[in-house]
Parts: sequence; C-alpha cells; structure tokens
Amino acid sequence: MSNAVPVQLSAKDFKSDQEVRWCPGCGDYAILAAMQTFLPELGIPRERTVFVSGIGCSSRFPYYLNTYGMHSIHGRAPAIATGLSVSRPDLTVWVVTGDGDALSIGGNHLIHALRRNVNLKILLFNNKIYGLTKGQYSPTSEIGKITKSTPTGSSDAPFNPISLALGAEASFVARTIDSDRKHLQSVLRQAAEHQGSAFVEIYQNCNIFNDGAFEVLKDPETRDDYLIRLEHGQPITFGKDGAHVVTHPAGSFGLAVREAGEVDAGEVLTHDAHAEDPAYAFALSRLAGPDLRHTPVGVFRSVRRPSYDELVRNQLDAAKAKAGEPEADLAALLNSGDTWTIL
Amino acid sequence: MAEHREGAGQAGQLSEHGHPAKEIHQLDRVVIRFAGDSGDGMQLTGDRFTSETAQLGNDISTLPNFPAEIRAPAGTLPGVSSFQVAFADYDILTPGDAPNVLVAMNPAALKANIADLPKGGTIIVNTDEFTKRNLAKVGYETNPLEDDSLAGWDVHKVGLTSMTVGALAELPVSKKDAERAKNMFALGLLSWLYSRPHESTMKFLERKFAARPELVAANKAAFNAGWNFGETTEGFAVRYEVPPAQMAPGNYRNITGNAALALGLVAAGVKAKLPVLLGAYPITPASDILHELSKHKKLGVTTVQAEDEIAAIGVALGAAYGGALGITTTSGPGVALKSETISLAVALELPLVIVDVQRAGPSTGLPTKTEQADLNMALYGRHGEAPVAVVAAQSPVDCFHAAIEACRIALKYRTPVILLSDGYVANGSEPWLLPEVSELPDLQVEYATGPNGDDGKFYPYLRDPETMARPWAVPGTPGLEHRIGGLEKADKTGDISYDPANHDFMVRTRAARIEAIDVPDVEVEDPSGEAKVLVLGWGSTYGPIGAASRALRQRGVNVAQAHLRHLNPLPKNLGEVLASYDKVVIPEMNLGQLAHVIRARFLIDVVAYNQVRGLPFTSTQLETMLEEVIKNV
Repeated sequence: MSNAVPVQLSAKDFKSDQEVRWCPGCGDYAILAAMQTFLPELGIPRERTVFVSGIGCSSRFPYYLNTYGMHSIHGRAPAIATGLSVSRPDLTVWVVTGDGDALSIGGNHLIHALRRNVNLKILLFNNKIYGLTKGQYSPTSEIGKITKSTPTGSSDAPFNPISLALGAEASFVARTIDSDRKHLQSVLRQAAEHQGSAFVEIYQNCNIFNDGAFEVLKDPETRDDYLIRLEHGQPITFGKDGAHVVTHPAGSFGLAVREAGEVDAGEVLTHDAHAEDPAYAFALSRLAGPDLRHTPVGVFRSVRRPSYDELVRNQLDAAKAKAGEPEADLAALLNSGDTWTIL
Repeated sequence: MAEHREGAGQAGQLSEHGHPAKEIHQLDRVVIRFAGDSGDGMQLTGDRFTSETAQLGNDISTLPNFPAEIRAPAGTLPGVSSFQVAFADYDILTPGDAPNVLVAMNPAALKANIADLPKGGTIIVNTDEFTKRNLAKVGYETNPLEDDSLAGWDVHKVGLTSMTVGALAELPVSKKDAERAKNMFALGLLSWLYSRPHESTMKFLERKFAARPELVAANKAAFNAGWNFGETTEGFAVRYEVPPAQMAPGNYRNITGNAALALGLVAAGVKAKLPVLLGAYPITPASDILHELSKHKKLGVTTVQAEDEIAAIGVALGAAYGGALGITTTSGPGVALKSETISLAVALELPLVIVDVQRAGPSTGLPTKTEQADLNMALYGRHGEAPVAVVAAQSPVDCFHAAIEACRIALKYRTPVILLSDGYVANGSEPWLLPEVSELPDLQVEYATGPNGDDGKFYPYLRDPETMARPWAVPGTPGLEHRIGGLEKADKTGDISYDPANHDFMVRTRAARIEAIDVPDVEVEDPSGEAKVLVLGWGSTYGPIGAASRALRQRGVNVAQAHLRHLNPLPKNLGEVLASYDKVVIPEMNLGQLAHVIRARFLIDVVAYNQVRGLPFTSTQLETMLEEVIKNV
C-alpha cells in the first residue's frame, strides 16, 4: 500500500468507463457529478478510496466512480464496509445507501456502525420511495402515502433519519440537498474530514415515482421560509432578510421558530455543532413538520470521540509490540497450557 | 464427623502414613461420568480430572453434556450437567458408550444418568443432597439410597457436602464457599481412587483463585480431604491404576475441538502471512472459537463481535476484499442468516471461511446437543447456482488441520469454504501431539500487483489457468481500481453483463472451478483386504465408526472404513472405492444427507443408518448394525 502522497487529480480521473444508467432527470446524477468534482480536492489517491453500496438506485453509485468499489447486497453495506475499514486503516471508505437500504432492510447495520463510530462516510440518498422496485412506499414516506403497495394509503409512520442517527450515538450528522451542489460539497468536505462515522442524509428527488418530494425546499417561492441553513457559531436565522429565528423557549425540551422582530437578539440560538449533549441536535432534527417547513440543512452534530477503528488498532498495536517472529510465537501458542512429553 | 475433621487437619499433605496400603488393581480402560447440578462445577471437575489423566500419559477422550439453560432450577432434571471422560492404556477413539463409574452430586444427577450405567458399575453419590425435598423435585417417591432399587450397582454413599464443610471448618471461608468446594472433594476422591497425579490441579487452583488466596487454600484442602477420605475409609477397599498408553513421542496437550479449530485459524494466518479477521455473533456451540481467537491479537488476529450473524459475515467479507483472511464462525441458524452473503462471496470470488459448528435443529432445536444435519445446507443452501467447497472435521484434534485445509482452499481458489464441525467434536477433547509449525502447509498466495491482460489492461475476472481463480486485487493497489458486485459479471472484464450466453458461461465456470479443486484421494482402512462391506462416514462419526470397525476386526469380522474430509468436491477416487465393495453403509446423525448425495452421484444404493438423538452414535450400536449388514451380504 503506497503512502499518502497528495496528488493532483481532476473530476475526469474519478469517472469510470461505465455508462450511467439512472432515469433521465434523477437527482442521483447531480450527486454523482458533485462527488466527482469534489473528490480530487481531498488529495487522496484513487486507489485508496473505496465506495461500498447496498442495493437500490443509489447503490449503483460505485460503478460510476473510477476508484475501488463494491456493489454488495441489500442493507449490508455498513457491515461489509466495517470489515474493510477496520482491517485497512489506510483506506478512505464511503458507504452509499438509500432510505430503503439503510433504514429498512439494513437498519440494524446502520445503527451499529454509527454506535461503534466506524471510520465510514455514510451517504443516505433519501427519496422517500422505493425506486428500483418501481414505487412502493419506504420507511421515510409520509403516513398515508398512496403507492403501488398501499393503494389506500400507508399506515406506517416514517423515520426521521437525522433523529435516528443521533439516537444511534452518531458523532457526525448532517443533511443536504441533491440540487445544491455548493452546499452538498461543503457537507461532503466536512464529512470526509471527520474521524469516525459521518452520516449524511441527502434529499434526493426521484422524478419517476416521487417527483417533487422536496420541491418546497428548492422552489424560490417557498424555500426561504422552509429551509434553515445551519452554520456552526452563527445565529440560526432564515427567511428573507433573516425574518425567522430559532429559539429555545424556557421550560421546553424543544426548539421554536419565532419572528425576528418579536424576540431579543440574545434569545436567538447560536448553532453549536460541537455541543456534547446530543439533545440539542435532536431538538433541531424535530423542527420540521411533515410539510418540510423549517427543515435544517448542514451539520447538526460533529463531535470527536475515538473511532472503532482506532480503538481496535490500538489494542492490536499494543499486542503486536510484544510479538516476536510469527512462526515462533505460533509455536509458543500451540505449546502453551498444560503440556506433557512422551519420550 | 470427628474423624473427617481429623482428616482436615492433615489437609495440605497427601499423607499415606498410618493406614495399611490398599490393594491396587490394574485396568486397561475406565469411563467416568461426573454428573451434578449445572451450578456444581461438573465441567470444571471433569476438565481437571482429564488434565491429570493426560499428564499421566493415558489416551483420553471426553464428552461434556450440559443443558442449554445456564442455571435451570437447582436440583431439577433439566439442570443436570455431566462430563464423561474415558482413559486407557491404549489408543481410544471415543469417550465411551457407557460409564463404569457415575459420580452423582444430587438425586437429579442420579436419576438422569442411572439408565446409562451398566449393572455392576460404580456409583459415588453425595448423600447430603438426598433430602426429601430434592427427592420430590425429581419424582423419587422413596429414597433410592434406602430402598433396593440400586441393588445391582456398587454404591458408595459419601456425604460430599458435609465432609467438605467439615474439612474446611477452620479455614476463613463462608459456609457457601465451603459447600461450593465439594466438587474438589469429589475430584480428590476420584484422583485417589484412580491414582492420578494432582500437581496440575494444585497449580490450576492457584491460577484460578489468584485474587482470593483463601479460596486457593479452601479448594486445595477440599481436594486433599477427598483424597485422604479415600485413603482412610473402609468403603473403598481397592485403588486402581490405568498405565500410560503407548503414544508417539513428542509434546502433547489436551485440546477441545473448538480450541483446536481456533488455533488452526491462527496458524493459517501465520502460514499465509495474512492478518486474520473474524466476524462473529455469539452462538452455542461456536462461541468458544470467538473467545479463543480474541486472545491472539499478537499473532495478527482481529475479532469483531458483530451486531448479528449477517453483519458478522459481512465484516469478514469486507476484510477479505481488503486482503485479510476473512473468517466467520457460527452454528446452523447463523449459516441460514449468512446464506445471502455467501452467495455474494461466490459471485465476488473472494476467499472466505464459514465455520458451522452444527447443533441439533431445526430452529433453536437442541442448542447444546450435537447433530450433522447441516450438510444439505452447506452443499445447497443458497439461492441460484452457488457452489462452495465444503470440508468437515472428524475429531477434536482434527479441527486444527481441517481449519488449515479450509483456509488453504479459500485462499488458493478464492472461494467461500464451509467448514463443518459439530457439538460433539467441538466440546469433546483428546490429547494432541503438537505439530511443528515448520511442517504445516505454506498457504501464501499473491495479491495482484499490476495489469494481467496482454493489452496492458487489468481484467478482474481473467482467471489463473491452473486454479481458475481470479486475481485478488486489493484496494490500495494503484492502477487496478475496479468495481465488483453481485450483478452478473462479464467474463474477464467483470463489467455488469445481462448477456444470456455470458450468464450460462459464468454459472458453469463457477461450478467447474469448485469441481477442479485439488482434494486428496479418500483412504480406505481395510487391513484384511477381504472386506465386502465399506462403512463410509464424514465428520464426527469417525470415532464411533472407527471403534466399531476395530471391535469387529478383533472378532475376525472384516469391514472396510473410509472417512470423508472433503464433501465438496468429493475425492476423485471415491466412485472407484465405492464400486469395489458389495455394500456401502453410511451412518449419519441426520436422516441420510450424505447417503442422498452418494446415491445421486454414484447410483449406488447405500445403506443409510441414521440417528438424531442429539447424541453421538455408540460404537456398540454401530458394531451391532454393521455385523448385521455384513451377515446379510
């Protein structure tokens, strides 16, 4: 394995020779293009970057990047990537997954990867629908969703992926949107720099089966009043000319949106992505209602705690410091315990 | 109790003075079963007796038998735990069909085991536990120690608990701790009775209770009190000796199958010069492999206790993709969950070892009991045409070599390999003539380092002409960046392909490359060369089949024995071997899974002899069955 030497690469270097086969107009194209133009700036050689995916539309992602990649099985990418990451600390490992892959069939692996803080960058493309199987509701679809499998409306309540990741002890949790390349790349950059699990929910439009699911966050008519851009160390304000602010009402567990003119400047919450207590980030994740009004994007939480990889590596290194020649150590191991000799 | 207090005064020295020497009888083989409540420490007692016996140079074979519940209600039949050890002055293959001696720590242990003890056998029973309440718990209407129901056996009634408490009266331990030492009293008594050395047990107690010196003293005192009781009581008129067996010279240790299997995996990593990564989820009876491997970081072993069985194999596969020796260990229910990932590994053509320590199924079944009923699952239990290599271990020590063989095949042929063990070999133990590390096979394989095509390009699915293995191009290798996945691959390029002819070609190629794995010919043991009947086995039936075959030959009855290490692919000479006998008998702890394979592959109407009682075959049972078949040929 070669040592890290900063290399000058371009977006072209990260494009594979495979024809991209998503539906025309799919949000995945924008995410792929953003990734291909973003990767060169990390200065990591192509061969040391690995994308591991599960199954679903988003999971075709690795085929289109000229790095190492594995398109695995439904839901299991975080587990497979854990094995790779823990055994190969020299690699940068990305997991690409979707709302069905990560939150339904693979929910267990997602929460445990986050809890362990494995050094993975997990990108969850959330389009709130099953695309590859042609349009059934997903675990992020709103209740009452009418789909092929729920002709009279779904009866299950959705997950809030940000709340879920926080509940699973994630050390880095962020949200961004497929159509905002600048924001998307800024979040990817922070995720890439994070040591440990970085969880990024990307709102992604499925123009075939769930078109316009995030339109209110993109439409110039509505987006200012719907979207809250989180910046660490900055007061949380949004709307035209900062018309709305986020506050923490006394006596409440949650946060509230108020009109800027109605509150003192001191009451406006300043975003602290490094707050130790996850209750703050959790409260932020609950601001938006089912209509997406007051949807925060950006980094909700970014705290440093030892990654699983580091902890495992430390134990391994400590043990290996005492190691001798492997065959001699093996012979000593085989001959340990209560032994006896027959002459 | 006064006289025993006197004995306690001597605790710490194994004095023989003051008593007339007892008569010593020589025996060639003894089978002892220690049975008690699952909290009575019977596994530990059995382990220690085994270790003492091993030091003496007897050949040994052990069989623990314990309930799935960690602590079933005390004193009940479901709570009975036992440990059987056979030791002899000759080479033995099984822990014995039936015990000669039963140590019963309570009425439940007596009731659960008495049927296995042939009349005339010895019973050593802890009278203190035969209270009205304990008798009622297991449905004894009268005390069997007081009626004549045990008349056919040689019964020794010993107040194990009260004598232990008495012996420790002057030591600074609680009554509870004193009572708990009764298993050491029993061990001391049995050690005296069979003239076992005791130094290793003394050292063991010092290690085990290092943090609590008062317990070291108490347990040693209990052991010595048991020994001295044997020496002084008139109840035991005779001591026994079993002389050492003739064994090949070398260094030995006693080892269970699970420990041997774990060490085989460590050895495979060393001999392959690769880091080992185990992904595992705790499951009976495989967890001990995880425990053992977690101790060997120094030798490059990483263990990940995953969130579930699926993640466990995922972790192993991810590590294999990164260039490690990826292993996952489990039992049948776990293999079922791993099935989809095994198929992915078949498509990815990466090395992976899946260890299945079989237990009685279906579902949770009898989790602590043995069975061989996962053979069909190992051979066929996947979606699509997804052949893998299958290897089986035949004895506790053989688990070491079978593990190395499974890793050899996985690495050389870049394929998943299922290694079948079972509860019987996993928990059983026998002496192991320790191998020289330099004599273990070299398992080194090369990663791809550069393009393999004539045109200077890299083709991830271009095969080695000899092994049909594709290159192992691990992430981090410059210039070989490529994508793999579960979608069908185009031959050579590995690109996604929906071409019908390519799919047909790839399915046949995956089958052919497993068939082409080099496995050694199966060997036949037929000393007379005149046997007309061949008994064919696989896995843990080796011991009882071997013992039955020997017993028949000793009586002049000819029988040939062959045992399969490789279940897929089968040895190339197997068809020829089977065809050279008039009858082929296959005993299995399932309903005839290998028998089906042999019938289908070789069109031979084998005799299937099957048992699924959660227990191994007895050699007597196989001897009787085989004799019957031989008579009718």
